[in-house]
Formats: sequence, C-alpha cells, structure tokens
Amino acid sequence: MMKKHRLFKSTKERHSFYEFLYILPFLILVFLFSYYPLYGWVYAFFDYRPPYPLTMDNFVGLKWFRSIVENPVKMQQVLKVLRNTFAMSGLNLLFSWVPMIFAVFLNEISCKPFKKFVQTVTTLPNFISWVLVYSIAYCILSSTGVVNQSLLGIGAIDKPMLFLQSSNHVWFKMWLWNTWKNAGWTAIMYIAAISGIDEQMVEAAKVDGANRMQIIRNITIPGILPTYFVLVMLQVANFLSNGMEQFYVFQNSFNKDAIQVLDLYVYNLAMGSGGYSLSTAISILKSVVSVVLLCVTNGVTKKIRGEGFI
Amino acid sequence: MTSTNQSKKIHYKVSVGDRAISVITYVLYSIFAFVCVYPFYYIFINTISNNDMSARGKILFLPKEIHFTNYSQVMHIPNLMNAFRISVERTVLGTALTVVVAAFLGYMFTRGTLWHRKLWYRLVAATMYFNAGIIPWFLTMRNLHLTNNFFGYILPLAVQPFYIILCKTYCEAIPGELEDAAEIDGAGTLKIFFSIILPISKPILATIAVFAAVGQWNAFQDTLLLVTDSKLYTLQFLLYQYINQASSLKALVNNTSSSTAMMASLAHAQTATSIRMTVTIIVVIPILCVYPFFQRYFTKGIMLGAVKG
Repeated sequence: MMKKHRLFKSTKERHSFYEFLYILPFLILVFLFSYYPLYGWVYAFFDYRPPYPLTMDNFVGLKWFRSIVENPVKMQQVLKVLRNTFAMSGLNLLFSWVPMIFAVFLNEISCKPFKKFVQTVTTLPNFISWVLVYSIAYCILSSTGVVNQSLLGIGAIDKPMLFLQSSNHVWFKMWLWNTWKNAGWTAIMYIAAISGIDEQMVEAAKVDGANRMQIIRNITIPGILPTYFVLVMLQVANFLSNGMEQFYVFQNSFNKDAIQVLDLYVYNLAMGSGGYSLSTAISILKSVVSVVLLCVTNGVTKKIRGEGFI
Repeated sequence: MTSTNQSKKIHYKVSVGDRAISVITYVLYSIFAFVCVYPFYYIFINTISNNDMSARGKILFLPKEIHFTNYSQVMHIPNLMNAFRISVERTVLGTALTVVVAAFLGYMFTRGTLWHRKLWYRLVAATMYFNAGIIPWFLTMRNLHLTNNFFGYILPLAVQPFYIILCKTYCEAIPGELEDAAEIDGAGTLKIFFSIILPISKPILATIAVFAAVGQWNAFQDTLLLVTDSKLYTLQFLLYQYINQASSLKALVNNTSSSTAMMASLAHAQTATSIRMTVTIIVVIPILCVYPFFQRYFTKGIMLGAVKG
C-alpha cells in the first residue's frame, strides 16, 4: 500500500497510468512492426546465410557497402537499377501536370452527368490492385487480345505484337499504366482545390470579357498551383521509392533490364539469389537518402508556403 | 451601331474558341473514360461468351452465345475457393481491427490525462515517415513467427498512423462537455470510448473502413513475402500465379473439366484464357460493389493522404 502511494502521487496520476496501460498493447505493435525492423539493419554488417543465426564469426563490417563501389559488376548493376529508378520517377515528375490539366478541363465541362460519369470511371482504376492491372494488361494485350485483334483487323500490323514480352519502351509503358491507374484519383485533389477558388473572381473576369482560356490561365491554374507544388514536393521526396508491386508483376525475362527499379532490385536480390546482407545494405542507403530528401523537400515547402507537410 | 457590332463580333469570336475547347474536351474525356471502362467490360463479356471464340479473340464488343458455366466451373477449383475465403477473412478481420485501433488510439491521444501522451503520439506518427526496408521487415516477421501465419496479414496493419491522426482530429472536434458529463456519471475511459466516442465517430470510421478494406482486399506484397503455404494464399496472389503459370493452369483446366467433359460442349469447355478472365472478374467484383458507396468518401479519403502529423 505504501509502495503504491509512492508510485502514484494521486488517484489522478494512477488513472493516467492506467490509461497508458490501455494503449500499451498497440504501442507494442508499433514497436514490433515499425521500430524493431530497424534492428534488422545489422544484417548489412554480417555475412548472413539464411538458416544459420548471426554470430560474431561472420561479422564483416562495411564489406557490403564497399563491395557496391569496388566490385565493378555490382557497381554496373546498381547503376543500371538507379538509371531505371531515375527514369521512372523522372517520367512521373515530368508529367506530373497531367492530372492537374485533367482536372482543370474537367471543371470546364458544363454537362453535369457527363462530368460525374468521367470522374467516376477514371477514378475506378485507382482502387484495383497492380495484380489486377497486370491481369487486365495481359487480357487486352495478349496475341488474341482486343488490341492485337483490332490492329490486325484494320491492317496496321500483320502479326500480333508482344507488348508485355518486349524490352522496348518499358519506362514509357510503365508510366502509361501508372497514369491510367492514378490520374483520375489525383485529379480529385485538384478538383477539390478548384472548388475552393473564389467564384467572384471568375465572375469579375467574365464581366471584364475574359474568355475561357484566359480564365483558366489567370485564375484557375494560379489557384491550384499551391496544391501542385506540394504534390510535386512529395513526389520528389519519394523519388527513390517507386514501390515494387507494379514492377514486380510486370517484370519478365524480356524487360527485366529496364524494369528493375531500386525497390524491386532489393527484393529480387534477397529473395531470388539469397543476398540478404547486400540487399539490406542497399536498402539502408536508400532509406538514408529518402529521409534526407523528405527533410529537404519539407524544408523547401515550409520556406515557400509557410507550412511543410510533416 | 459600330459599338454593338463590335461587341457582337467579340462575343462571336469568344464563343467559337470556347466551343472548340468544349468539343475537344468532350472528345478527350470520352476517350479517357472509354479507356478506363472498356477493359473491364471486355473481360466481362469474354467470360460469358463462347469460350472457343473468346480464346481466338473474336469477342470484342458484344457477348456471343451467352453462358455462365465459366463461373460455376471456376467454383470447383479447390484452391480458389480457399483463397477467396482467406481474402474475405483478412478483409473483414483486418478492417475491423484497423478501424477499432484507429478509433481507440485516436481518442486516447486526445485525452490530456494520458501518461506521456505527446511522446507516444509522436512515436506512432513518426512511423509514417520511415521504414526499415523490405528485407529487414521480412526477417523481423520471420523472427516473430508471422511467416505462413494468418496473423501476418492483419497484425502489421493494425496500427496505421494516418487513420489514427484522422480519428484524433475528429475527436478533438467533439465537445468536451459530453465526456465531462459522462465522467461525472461515473463512466470510465473505456466506457466513454465505447458508449460515446465510437457512436459519434461513425462517419469518419466508415471512411477509414472503406479504405482499409480496399487495402486488405488488394494486398499482394505480404503474401509474396511471407507466405509459402498454399492454404494461406489470397485471391490476388492466386490470380497472379494463374496469369504466369500457363502449365499449371492447363492442369487445372483438365482437372476441373474432366468430370464434366461429357456434359460440356467445346464452346463451354474452360480454356486458360477463360479461367484467367473469370478469376479476374471475381477479384474485381467486390471492388465494383463497394465503389458506389465509397465515392462519397473520396474527398475525405484524400485528406488521408494530405493530412498533417
């Protein structure tokens, strides 16, 4: 009893500690699944062979990190992977205005049902998985699929084209699928931003005789530019993280050289050839660069807009 | 006279430009909408058409010789039904867990009395901005014996900071008098949560539930990393296998149709294409079913992505 009194100065304090006990199980989950994996980074400093536990005998220090730069074969591979990553992220960044323009002109459509219809169906692909996207791609692009059949029908080609089993234009195709899946969804953000623009400005411009393009150029686009800016900054922050799902499902022996982005490479390296340690070393480097990118973009956003996104 | 002429002229000029823009936008948006809808439609009409014609790529715009044997046949693939069950289970249980945890933590983080509230809140919110990487995560899951374990699907997704922040923001808007009154009546923290906070937060919880459910249904990567036991395969994973493994698919086709081969004509016999497409539709349908309902949550859902920690 005495001890309890020393532990909690008052019932209020005891109550506050009990409340902590309620959330403790969930804090443990957070610890296990988000913080404890950071401990897995030690594997990068060992020569880890899966069935055997880590011992000090196979501690190798910075061997894996050095091997990335010193081993010319690995260096070449990593450079190729980086090139793919930069190309895919770069394409997405280069065309990041597509959803914005999509939203701007959608807003210009006066026929409400059509507008609603377009918005509904273009958002749908965002909610299906990459596996489904791949399945759809497979169905429509196979040699008996609708695309090849139509092209054959109009005589544009004389034998079916293998769209998925080819190494041509892989980056561009991946960008197209990504746009197909995400453009409609991202556009919703801009549509929300457009609806926040003061209606009186548009009315005043109309009274002054501005035409549609002038209104778009001088009122709508400047109105949603802050949203655009934040989204671009987020894209830059995620420059190295293309995710692996899209590229994993679309990869095959034909396009592997061009499709392997950093996230996929890390996976293939570990799961395909058992290179857990090297793969962990690469993902550590990636994580560090990503955190730096996040801080920088957040800083820039803060400086320009007054508030960051963290 | 001249002034009215001029104004008419200007008006005329403007409307030509505007009309041109209108026509172009209508055409472009129609194309875009078509590109988004047609693939689903195309796959659907192929699953209900003559399988032989479908395999030769002859079904493009209208179904021919409509039948539904593909769907009844696919039900006989034992793995598929099991995968369907696993997918439904993880979606239902996982979503329920995610939503309740988000509501509870969101509420607890608004309680000023919580011991070291700020610290715990920051600890949870910070996990949005970093991750250890896929391989350390996999090794951790293996150490925790969550590989080849159904809980590996739902436990890691239980605590999601985005949703918690959303719930916290929502709870902060609930008038404090409500809680105070309940406290005076002698209700404890948990009692207040279940009888006041949970019912009031329904709108935000519905939003979270929809997005969490879509996430669970669509999850693929965790099966890929954690599961080798075919009993735990999800629909998404099985679909991926069906697309890539033509040989095993053929075996499946033979297995399933051998018993019914006598009854089924060539037109209804399953082909690799028909199974692939039918499974695709089965995986899409739940999304299509909930889609109309969660359209109204879109703008809120976007806040999920844009919300600040």
